[in-house]
Amino acid sequence: MALTAFLEISHLRKVYGDNVAVSDFNISVERGEFICFIGTSGSGKTTTMRMINRMNEPTSGTIKINGEDVTKMDPVKLRRRIGYVIQNIGLLPHLTIKDNILMVPKMLKWDQKRMDERAVEMIKMAELPEDYLDRYPSELSGGQQQRVGVVRALAADQELILMDEPFGALDPITRDALQDLVKDLQERLGKTFVFVTHDMDEALKLSTRIVVMSHGEEVQVDSPEEILRHPANKFVADLIGEDRLIQAKPTITTVGQIARPAVSIVQTATLREALTLMHKTRVDTLLVTDPDGILRGYVDLEVINDHFRTADTVESVMNPKVFYVRQSAVISDTVDRILKRGYRNVPVVDNAGKLTGIVTRAALVDMVYDALGSGTSNDDGQDRSTDGPRTDIGTTDVKEGAHAVDPTPDDKEEVPANNGHLS
Amino acid sequence: MVTFLNQYGGQLMQELGEHIYISAVALALGVIVAVPLGILLTRAKKIAGFVIGLTSVLQTIPAMALLAMMIPIFGIGTTPAIVALFIYSLMPILRNTYIGMSDVNPNLLDAAKGMGMSNWQSIKWVEFPQAAGVIMSGIRLSGTYVIAWTALASYIGAGGLGDMIFNGLNLYRGDLILGGSIPAIILALVVDWLLGLVEKKVTPATTQEV
Repeated sequence: MALTAFLEISHLRKVYGDNVAVSDFNISVERGEFICFIGTSGSGKTTTMRMINRMNEPTSGTIKINGEDVTKMDPVKLRRRIGYVIQNIGLLPHLTIKDNILMVPKMLKWDQKRMDERAVEMIKMAELPEDYLDRYPSELSGGQQQRVGVVRALAADQELILMDEPFGALDPITRDALQDLVKDLQERLGKTFVFVTHDMDEALKLSTRIVVMSHGEEVQVDSPEEILRHPANKFVADLIGEDRLIQAKPTITTVGQIARPAVSIVQTATLREALTLMHKTRVDTLLVTDPDGILRGYVDLEVINDHFRTADTVESVMNPKVFYVRQSAVISDTVDRILKRGYRNVPVVDNAGKLTGIVTRAALVDMVYDALGSGTSNDDGQDRSTDGPRTDIGTTDVKEGAHAVDPTPDDKEEVPANNGHLS
Repeated sequence: MVTFLNQYGGQLMQELGEHIYISAVALALGVIVAVPLGILLTRAKKIAGFVIGLTSVLQTIPAMALLAMMIPIFGIGTTPAIVALFIYSLMPILRNTYIGMSDVNPNLLDAAKGMGMSNWQSIKWVEFPQAAGVIMSGIRLSGTYVIAWTALASYIGAGGLGDMIFNGLNLYRGDLILGGSIPAIILALVVDWLLGLVEKKVTPATTQEV
């Protein structure tokens, strides 16, 4: 744990009369983080953000920036150190873009030369032509204006940037471009952002951590992946939305998470032992490991049958060319490879090469199907029952939990029928 | 016309000069007092209604009565006229300043405050420039009023074009009445036009997309 976090909020509370806007808010933010506050209207997310630069005064609790208590600082000086971007942009219409950008440097009494250079630097950062500096805000489109709004918040080298639904009023394409800009600035400049939004896509795209708020309370504080993977409660899940949860599955689920136990045999075992195991577990293929559990190959019934009288150990007849995936791999990265090769089951290994389980083709197809299917159909259940490939490959495998490996791509067609089991 | 100008030209110019002087001083005083007062009132909204109400009451006093009321206090001459006209000029300027300053887009104020502007900087860089057009239109309105009422001020010995008009009325001389009132009308129109130009110039473009 760091000694002092960049931004430390503890037991923050804001009450308006009888109405508790924020109750006991705590967070510790490291430098360079991108924190999104997300929640419905009235969840206290904006109020919380505005207490950081004292646009709202806390009822109780402390906010520390670099260990300094903001409530003990001159609010005007404090705000000059913190970038501030609002939804309605708030460029001063009677000033040129240049003067707007240089507002805070001017307050900090920078010399003219430094300000001139800064203006050019900032307009480039906003990815706008340099001659826009002499224009007035009304001559720019909404998206361009907000680009200026964003760089204005960075002009005086503020370390912390507060943004209150800055892209809420923009069209989706412009919003996307602005999000990319902000994300890039955060990654490149290492600025710390506190960003208020009610758009989950935006939060998932930008954040390093998301703070989900409801009725003035923190419901969950986690990374986007973790929020998608384990929504703390129904509120969070609803906020994310079922579609998004399902769609996100392949990108956040690891192979290890959907793996099931594998049936394996040690390489020193005899063929007879292998056959007995096959019979007992009712599979036609066994994974072969060394005594440490490292995956070495596989044997199938055919090979055992051919060599039953001539060979004694599994090692001497096994096929060492086995396709496997690492358990830490994300489904979306591996699904293509697995499906293209036509494997029904693929062994899963840890980083040391140790066998930890297998992934069935059925489990993969389920996941991909859900991710793609939910975008086009609301009635998933009905589609499932009528969808050919799913039932074909899926049902028997899942039901009986086949643990065998069948690495032969060309018996793909037979898959549904025997499905790796002794009949 | 030519003979009229030959005979009264000198007097006309002198009275026009007085007229402009009285109006300008009264208006300038009005601006100096009402604009800062209006700005101050936006920071003290509780008493704003009362103060603006008070100036409205002053506005309802008939011009002649107000001028007459000045005599016991300031005697006769230019000074009481300027004071009376100053009082008249206050209301439109004060009200427009207050309204103009209060009507500035709250998002701009929020952004300005959030960037770290002090109260004074916010007034100087945001609110006043934004309200300038509205304030200017108040000044323009006051300007034309003051020029019109300055004609009455000759009743208490202030001079100006009113002298010629009242002379004409007393003597049944239509040429004097017209000779005094036409320049007064032209003066009012010119001032209105000039201040209109200024107003246009200081009105900020507010086509900002929101």
